[in-house]
Amino acid sequence: MNIETLFYLFAAVTVFAALRVITARNPLHAVLFLVLAFVSSAGIWLLLEAEFLAIALVLVYVGAVMVLFLFVVMMLDINIEQLRVGFLRWLPVGLLLAAVIGVQMVWVLGAPEIGAGKTPVVHAADYSNTKELGRLIYTDYVYPFELAAVILLVAMVAAIALTLRRRRDAKRQDIGQQVKVRKEDRLRIVSVPSANQAGDAQDVVVSGEHAAD
Amino acid sequence: MELLQTLQQTGLDLFGSAWLPIWTLVKIVLIIAPLMLGVAYLTLAERKVLGFMQIRPGPNRVGWWGLMQPIADGVKLLCKEIIIPTGANKFLFIAAPALALAPALAAWSVIPFGDGLILADVNAGLLFLLAMTSLGVYGIIIAGWASNSKYAFLGALRSAAQIVSYELAMGFALVCVLLAAQSMNLGEIVRGQQSGYGLFGWYFIPLFPMFVVYFIAGVAETNRSPFDLAEGESEIVAGFHVEYSGMGFALFFLAEYANMMLIAILTAVMFLGGWLNPFHGWPLLGALTDAIPGLFWLLGKMSFMLFVFLWFRATFPRYRYDQLMRLGWKVFIPLTLVWVVVVATWMQTPYWLW
Repeated sequence: MNIETLFYLFAAVTVFAALRVITARNPLHAVLFLVLAFVSSAGIWLLLEAEFLAIALVLVYVGAVMVLFLFVVMMLDINIEQLRVGFLRWLPVGLLLAAVIGVQMVWVLGAPEIGAGKTPVVHAADYSNTKELGRLIYTDYVYPFELAAVILLVAMVAAIALTLRRRRDAKRQDIGQQVKVRKEDRLRIVSVPSANQAGDAQDVVVSGEHAAD
Repeated sequence: MELLQTLQQTGLDLFGSAWLPIWTLVKIVLIIAPLMLGVAYLTLAERKVLGFMQIRPGPNRVGWWGLMQPIADGVKLLCKEIIIPTGANKFLFIAAPALALAPALAAWSVIPFGDGLILADVNAGLLFLLAMTSLGVYGIIIAGWASNSKYAFLGALRSAAQIVSYELAMGFALVCVLLAAQSMNLGEIVRGQQSGYGLFGWYFIPLFPMFVVYFIAGVAETNRSPFDLAEGESEIVAGFHVEYSGMGFALFFLAEYANMMLIAILTAVMFLGGWLNPFHGWPLLGALTDAIPGLFWLLGKMSFMLFVFLWFRATFPRYRYDQLMRLGWKVFIPLTLVWVVVVATWMQTPYWLW
C-alpha cells in the first residue's frame, strides 16, 4: 500500500465522519464521529511526517477536549425533534456559509505559492519533526507563541473568575484542616481495669442496666 | 543473531514484500502473548498478596498452590452468557470493552524491552504513550453511557473527570523526564540514565518528587484502589461495568490489568533505568551482575512496581471524591509545575550530574 492510497483512505474516512457529525440523529453519535474525524486527520498528518502535530491532535483534542464534550452531551437532555424545527428556514443561511468557506478554501489552496498539486518534501530518516517545531516556536516565532499562550491564560483565568463564587449559605469543608487533624486531638485512650472473674463481669453488665433504668 | 538473520532472509525469499507485515505481526504476538499471560497471573498474584497481607491463604484449590486459578476464571468468563440490558445502545455497548482494551495494548508498541529491543522506535514515543493512555477513558465513558444504567453512568462520569485531571499532573511529570533525557524517545531516555554508578545515575534521584507524582497519578489513571471511585462498590455497585457479564467484563478486567502493567513498566523505564543493571560499575557486584540480561532487570523492576500497586490496595482506604480532586488539582499540578522550572534551571548549572 503506497502513501497515496493511505491518504485517500484517511481522507474518505474524515469526510464521511465529518458528514455524519452533522447528519447523525443522536448527538452522542455525532460527538463520536467527530472523534473519528480527528483521529483520521491525525493519520493524514502522520503521512506528512508531522508526527508531533498528529500525536498532539490525538492527545489534546481526542484525549481531553472531546472527553469533556462527551461528558456535556451525555448530561444534556436533548430533544432531537425540537432541534429539527426551522431546518428549512435556516437552510439558505447555512448554504451561504458553506459556499463562503468553500470559496475561501479554493482560493487559499489554489494559490501558486501553496499549490495543492505539490508532493510533500520527503525528509531523511533522522529528521525529527518535534525538534524542528520546537526550534521554530522558540526562536523565529517566540513572540507570537508567547502572545498566544498569554491570551489562553487570560481566557482561562477569566473563565475561572466568572464561575468562582463563594456561597454563604452552603457548607464547605476545609480539607487542609481535615488533613492536619492528629490522632491526639480526637482520640483519648482511657485505661479501664479489666474484670478478672466471670462473676465480676456479670455484675458490671447488671449495674449498667440499672443505670439505664 | 545469526539465526535471526537467516530467518529474515528465508522470510524475505518466501513471502517477498508481504514479509514485513508478517514479521511485524510475529513481533506483536511476541509482546501480546506474554502480556496476556502476565495479566492472568497478575490477578492471581493480587489475590495471593492481598491474602497474605490479610493473614489468609488466598486462592489455593485449583492446581498447585492455586496456580490454575486464572485459567479457571478465564474459562468461566468465556462460557458465561452475555446479557445486553434493555434500552442499551447495542453497538456501543459491545464496542466499549474493545475501546478500553485496544489503547492499553497499543501503548506497548513503543516500550523498549532492551537496547534496541523495541517494536516501534518512535521519536515522539513519550507523546504517543500519553495519547494512548488518554484514549482509554473512551471505553469507560461509552460503557457507562451505553449501559442505560444510572450506576454505570455515575461511574463513567467519575472516571472521566478523574482521568482528565490526573493526566495533567502525569504530563508535567513526563515533561521533567524529557527535559532530563533531552529526548522523547523511550530508548534514548533509558540510555540517558546509563552511567558508571549503577542506580545512582537513574532519574528517580533528581526527579524524586516526579517519580512519586507519576506513580500516584498512574494509580489514579488506571482506576485502582485507593482511587477506584469509578467502581466504588459500596456506593455505585461496580460503576461503569455493572451491566457487563461474561467476556465483556473480562475485557475490562484485561484492560485494567494491562494498564497497570503499562504504568509499572513505564515507571521502570523512565525513573528506574529500564533495562540497566542497578549495580553496573560497582566494585565486585557490578562485575558479577553485568552478565544478567537486561530483560530480567526490566521485568524485576516492573514486578516491584506492580507489587506496590497491590500493596496500596491492601493498605489505603478509598479516597473521597473531593479529596481526590483536591490532590490532583491543588497538590500535584502546582508541585509538578514548580519542579519543571526547578529541573530546567538546574540543568543550566554545572551541578546537574545526570
